Amino acid sequence: MLTFALKRLAIAAPTLFFVVSLSFFLMHLAPGGPFDADANLEPQVIENLKAAYDLDKPLFQQYLIYLGKAAQGNFGPSIIYQDRTVSQLIATGLPVSLRIGLAAIFIAGLLGISMGIFSALRQNQRIDYVVMGVAMTGIAVPSFVLAPLMTLLFGVIFRLLPIATLEPSGGLARAVPALGPMVPYILPVIALAIPQIAIIARLTRGAMIEVLRQNYIRTARAKGMPEKRVVWRHAVQAGLLPVVSYLGPAIAGIVTGAVVVESIFQLPGMGRFFIQGAINRDYPLVLGIVIIFAAAVILMNLIVDLLYGVLDPKVKVDG
Amino acid sequence: MTLFQAQSESQLQLMDAAARLKGRSLWQDAAERFSKNKAAMGGVIVLGLIAIMSIVGPMISPYTLEDLSWESIGIAPTMENSHWFGTDDTGRDMWVLTWMGARVSLTIGVMTTFIALLIGVAYGATAGYVGGRTDNLMMRFVDVLYALPLLFFIIILVTVFGRNIYLVFVAIGCVEWLTMARIVRGQTLSVKRKEYIEAALASGVRTNTIIRRHVIPNVIGPVIVYVTLLVPTNILVESYLSFLGLGVQEPLTSWGVLISRGANALETAPWLLLIPATFLAITMFCFNFIGDGLRDALDPKDR
Repeated sequence: MLTFALKRLAIAAPTLFFVVSLSFFLMHLAPGGPFDADANLEPQVIENLKAAYDLDKPLFQQYLIYLGKAAQGNFGPSIIYQDRTVSQLIATGLPVSLRIGLAAIFIAGLLGISMGIFSALRQNQRIDYVVMGVAMTGIAVPSFVLAPLMTLLFGVIFRLLPIATLEPSGGLARAVPALGPMVPYILPVIALAIPQIAIIARLTRGAMIEVLRQNYIRTARAKGMPEKRVVWRHAVQAGLLPVVSYLGPAIAGIVTGAVVVESIFQLPGMGRFFIQGAINRDYPLVLGIVIIFAAAVILMNLIVDLLYGVLDPKVKVDG
Repeated sequence: MTLFQAQSESQLQLMDAAARLKGRSLWQDAAERFSKNKAAMGGVIVLGLIAIMSIVGPMISPYTLEDLSWESIGIAPTMENSHWFGTDDTGRDMWVLTWMGARVSLTIGVMTTFIALLIGVAYGATAGYVGGRTDNLMMRFVDVLYALPLLFFIIILVTVFGRNIYLVFVAIGCVEWLTMARIVRGQTLSVKRKEYIEAALASGVRTNTIIRRHVIPNVIGPVIVYVTLLVPTNILVESYLSFLGLGVQEPLTSWGVLISRGANALETAPWLLLIPATFLAITMFCFNFIGDGLRDALDPKDR
């Protein structure tokens, strides 16, 4: 088990290094720079600005400087937010993104798995088609359509939830003050969770149907085991394996979804910083966020690999 | 003598009967199963209609993309004036915009999938065919890329190299080939070792014929299924980029661009969001139904 974990870790570390290098050279090799927009600056001022951000040095030297600093957790100063460092920006953005991301993944897992099991146990009945139809809609209607529609419905028409602010306002916050600070996150979390709910539901259903056809399930039923125990003790355990392995891509999906959702709901999270940084060529900001996001996804994949080794006896753990 | 004659006569009869029985190929079987699948056939028909309308739709309307008129800003869908889908906040006709957007969105979906198909098949087939250490190394690389939020790379690519439509094609295509490579490699590996390949080799069938009759038909099924599922994925990726303002640029339009503009005018002109979003969703449904139908039709396990 330990060697397996170490091996996986040995792959994860170079992956992160690869991501950092690829993003660094992609951004710097492209024509144009962050100070193109300020055309009326004096040439000397631009030179000084470039020197301040190390942009006047040869590319490879910049790369080494960056790697050295990044390894110590220093992602440098931001270019568009001139009085703040990237680390400070990340420190303000990360909690917002983590909150909606973790809540969304939790809801998606809970609802998606329940819907999948429910549907699989009623395969080809009318209710199965209804549930899967709902799931299909969740895949067909992207979050950037859902989010504005929900805002219109719950924010503008019913005035239940706040729009584009982290202040708890609207009908729901007044009716149930206990919810307090959670209220502004409700819509973003739902918008973020819905596509993942749909994917997880379809995945669970497919896997469960496959498992329920297996011989050992028939054996369990034949020896008179209660149906509840057959389903929960034997079928669900094996049926959830594909869902576990989907957790990695799910995190990637949540992370990319967060970019859109944060932009729509104007939440000050990592995704919004990323888009602003990318559009304005704020190299340090974009790189810092890519590193954090990639680290999150890689870490999740690592956890999934280890979990898989524990859950699935067929995976050779010491291999 | 008579015995021999009788035998050969019955043999002839048998051969005659066999000749009259027409063999059914894998593809005929699959086509028959597919045509019986109502959801999938519905998907084909609706998708066909959308594709046709994306070509002829703008021609039917009396308006063009360049017709901006101050008198006709923000008209709701109406049968008068021939603004069947209404107009947007600059007075452009939504009917024309929607079908022009369909043209771009569908083209991008198909083109990017084609690029992903080329890279994925070449990469996967090489890895699967060569095998051994090369295969191991190539697939490790895919694993590494798989672990990344790749949409970020598309965004970086698109922002740093300028926002033109061809770059969007290439960026999406270059990123979405990973699953394709995995599928093709797995198929190649398993088909290579199958008994029927051995049997064909043993009975002296030529390599070309083996590849044409045995390898390709058995590799291509899952690839076709994945292609029909990748097209809507890529349409969504393009919409996502366009929604963030990073994809297709004006005056060109796509469903993503229209949805993005519609989302900003939702309170005053909801049809600007609802019309393109509806067509996008319908297209997603169609491709998913067709993909599911193809999987059921081509998967020999469920016969």
